[in-house]
Amino acid sequence: MSAQGARIGVVTFPGSLDDRDAARAVRLAGAEPVALWHADHDLKSVDAVVLPGGFSYGDYLRCGAIARFAPVMQEIIAAANQGLPVLGICNGFQILCESHLLPGALIRNDHRHFVCRDQALQITNNTSMWTSDFELNEEIVVPLKNGEGGYVASDAVLDELEGEGRVIARYLGVNPNGSYRDIAGITNARGNVVGLMPHPEHAVEPLTGPTTDGLGFFTSVLSSLLQGAAR
Amino acid sequence: MARVVVDVRLKSEILDPQGRAVQGALGRLGLAGVTNVRQGKQFVIDIDGELDEAASAKLHEIAGNLLSNPVIEDYELTVEQA
Repeated sequence: MSAQGARIGVVTFPGSLDDRDAARAVRLAGAEPVALWHADHDLKSVDAVVLPGGFSYGDYLRCGAIARFAPVMQEIIAAANQGLPVLGICNGFQILCESHLLPGALIRNDHRHFVCRDQALQITNNTSMWTSDFELNEEIVVPLKNGEGGYVASDAVLDELEGEGRVIARYLGVNPNGSYRDIAGITNARGNVVGLMPHPEHAVEPLTGPTTDGLGFFTSVLSSLLQGAAR
Repeated sequence: MARVVVDVRLKSEILDPQGRAVQGALGRLGLAGVTNVRQGKQFVIDIDGELDEAASAKLHEIAGNLLSNPVIEDYELTVEQA
């Protein structure tokens, strides 16, 4: 399989906002975006999946709590456990935590305000399937926009994540939302599932983004898929 | 008919920004000495007929998986038979 031939699914839930930008980022990275629908038990044989940002099901109950039980999520949870690369951005990160594909949870920002700004991050893991194209400790800037982006978990879970190198990105400068240990993103033990609160899909073109640093997440998964195919 | 009430609360170690905001408002409204406010949720579920053991088990499963997130919340389930 060539990177050109890779097909990356982008799920649309009722209330998703960033599915079009995610699909655009996939295309700019050199892959084919495939629209997936929340109510279908169908992943259309994609090579990877992006859960985009937004307010799935109006954020009712808890962010991501209802999306977790959507038909398409049953397929994604099973496939992710078999190694399918899955990237959850913002609301997608919340859905991954609610689905228990990633540990911890995301709660309301400690300062109680919605935050929207260009955010500096440090990439602290370049071995996951979505971060392999970055240099370790590379600093990037991508937009951050959330009301419930505070990452929380027990000390034992946080120690485990740090001990295993599974914190993939940290906030630099002032912590924007009260996330424990400045955590902006994490991965599972296998490295195929990544959750990230900031929005790399909004930083893929000079015209509309602060940088093009976000592309690295989308090219990383293509590199990882190629490597997997070559093995 | 059975009425099932599920109360969901944030675990004590989890920061509650909404409770913090309410606490601030209580002070501004002249209620002195408030040391802490925690905000929770209550679900009132009415079910036809008697609540058998299977339905009760199902309700606990739903309360622990959908209505609350066990990572950050605890739930309390009480049944009021009408």
